[in-house]
Amino acid sequence: MRRLLGFLALVALLATGALWMISAPDPLPMGEFADDPGGDPARGQTVFTAAGCASCHHAPESEDKLVLAGGQRFPSDFGTFIAPNISSHPQQGIGAWSLHDFANALLRGVSPEGRHYYPAFPYTSYIRMEPQDVVDLWSFIRTLPASDTPSQPHEVGFPFSLRRGLGLWKQLYLDPAWIVPGAESDEMRRGRYLVEALAHCGECHTPRDAFGGLERDAWLAGAPAPDGKGRIPALTPDKLGWSAEDVAYYLETGFTPDYDSAGGHMVEVIANFAKLPPEDRAAVAAYVKALPDGGAMN
Amino acid sequence: MKITATRLAMAATVAALGTAALAQELPGPVKARQGQFNILAINLGILGDMARGKAAYDADAAQKAADTIVAVSMINEPPLFPEGTSEMDIDGTRAKAEIWDDWEGFAGKWSGLGEAAVSLQQVAATGQEALGPAVGQLGGACKACHDSFRAPE
Ligand code: HEC
Ligand code: HEC
Ligand code: HEC
Repeated sequence: MRRLLGFLALVALLATGALWMISAPDPLPMGEFADDPGGDPARGQTVFTAAGCASCHHAPESEDKLVLAGGQRFPSDFGTFIAPNISSHPQQGIGAWSLHDFANALLRGVSPEGRHYYPAFPYTSYIRMEPQDVVDLWSFIRTLPASDTPSQPHEVGFPFSLRRGLGLWKQLYLDPAWIVPGAESDEMRRGRYLVEALAHCGECHTPRDAFGGLERDAWLAGAPAPDGKGRIPALTPDKLGWSAEDVAYYLETGFTPDYDSAGGHMVEVIANFAKLPPEDRAAVAAYVKALPDGGAMN
Repeated sequence: MKITATRLAMAATVAALGTAALAQELPGPVKARQGQFNILAINLGILGDMARGKAAYDADAAQKAADTIVAVSMINEPPLFPEGTSEMDIDGTRAKAEIWDDWEGFAGKWSGLGEAAVSLQQVAATGQEALGPAVGQLGGACKACHDSFRAPE
């Protein structure tokens, strides 16, 4: 209820004018990503795997995770979002897009028609992606098969169905700055890039405030499961007493130190990380071990 | 003296009532199924530690652990999952309601575990190198079921 009232208040303010301007989409300048220099699809595949694009965009019961037909449902406090078709199909997918359109979606959360995307699409993390990774990812994703399955509309009621309101939300929460400042070593920087930019661990492991924004001062401190009962565990050292090696082994095999085996949405994350080089798993583990207790950022 | 004895008796009664109220008794089948999963994890731990080089390889111990996993995988599951024992019905379980909605799917995952367990049983005593892939395959069977049928804590 608090959420609804808060959002209604925002919408009411919007109607008053000035905020209408602030809520306008803020796309990349036309010149950026204007020419496609042609990326490296092999590198792009690694970006694709680490970023978990297929985990959300493959069809719900499909064995082939590379057909990005969409259709999976993501319940939230604001309604149910349904992942769209992002296959190479020119009408139902994104086959007719330019690199500029693609970069705008990932780095700004703005569609080719200039509308805001919902943050169920984790562009709040992807905004930190390296430009070269965007180019390589684009060159890879276009090699994937086309699917003619139409995208389904989200099941989101008023007022959240007003995409314009997301402009204000973005003013509050879309921030390209790193969450953990000052990563000292190459390994820590790689770990931070994987966690904060590509693999969007925070989308599940960090609690959200009344407007659905991530609480940066409880970073990776655990959160209620979005689909109802249960909690997604904390990754901060005060709660997760695992060694760095244990974390890396879990990301490879799904085994906890007492050989329980992972479940739920973490299974897809592990399937992806098992395909990455061991140095990447070690880098994420080093980052996780260096988190402050309770995820308190200052 | 008397007062102390009465007090002690009272304290004992309160404590007994207290624990009874706190420890919600889980139905027998739920305790049994959780126990079976823990037996799996303990034996997988013996093999996993050998595969990772955290424990010295011991062919006899590896074979016994693999045999135990095969034995557990032969337990008939329906009696351990009676109606009314999902996480929606009672506290203290992580069994999702989907198990009952899609019993065939759940049973399929349990047979998947059986197959992976048998492959592991065949190689467990043949040397440390063979353990890694076989343990990984078994772990895949655990995850495949937890993915759809076990709720987070
Ligand atoms: C957590 C789930 C999730 C992940 C991970 C994810 N997406 Fe999405 N994506 C969505 C949802 C939900 C939408 C719909 C957003 C909307 O309609 O506002 C979306 C929308 C999109 C769109 C816009 C499609 C259109 O028709 O306008 C593109 C392009 C896209 N995603 C690409 C990607 C790529 C590339 C990745 C990996 C780097 C990725 N997504 C990862 C959930 C996800
Ligand atoms: C789509 C949601 C999602 C994403 C993204 C995600 N996780 Fe998880 N994670 C979970 C869930 C759910 C669990 C609980 C798994 C279970 O029930 O067995 C979990 C469990 C874990 C655990 C085990 C903790 C414990 O106490 O058992 C670790 C470690 C972990 N995740 C690390 C990560 C890292 C590192 C990332 C990013 C690379 C990440 N997760 C991304 C949902 C997610
Ligand atoms: C066919 C489905 C299935 C398979 C296969 C499976 N599990 Fe589970 N597991 C479950 C379910 C369901 C629960 C939740 C039981 C409950 O809480 O009532 C569970 C719970 C557990 C628990 C927690 C038990 C407790 O004390 O509450 C552990 C540990 C575990 N499983 C380990 C494993 C391991 C290791 C494997 C593979 C060797 C495995 N499981 C294979 C379905 C499965």
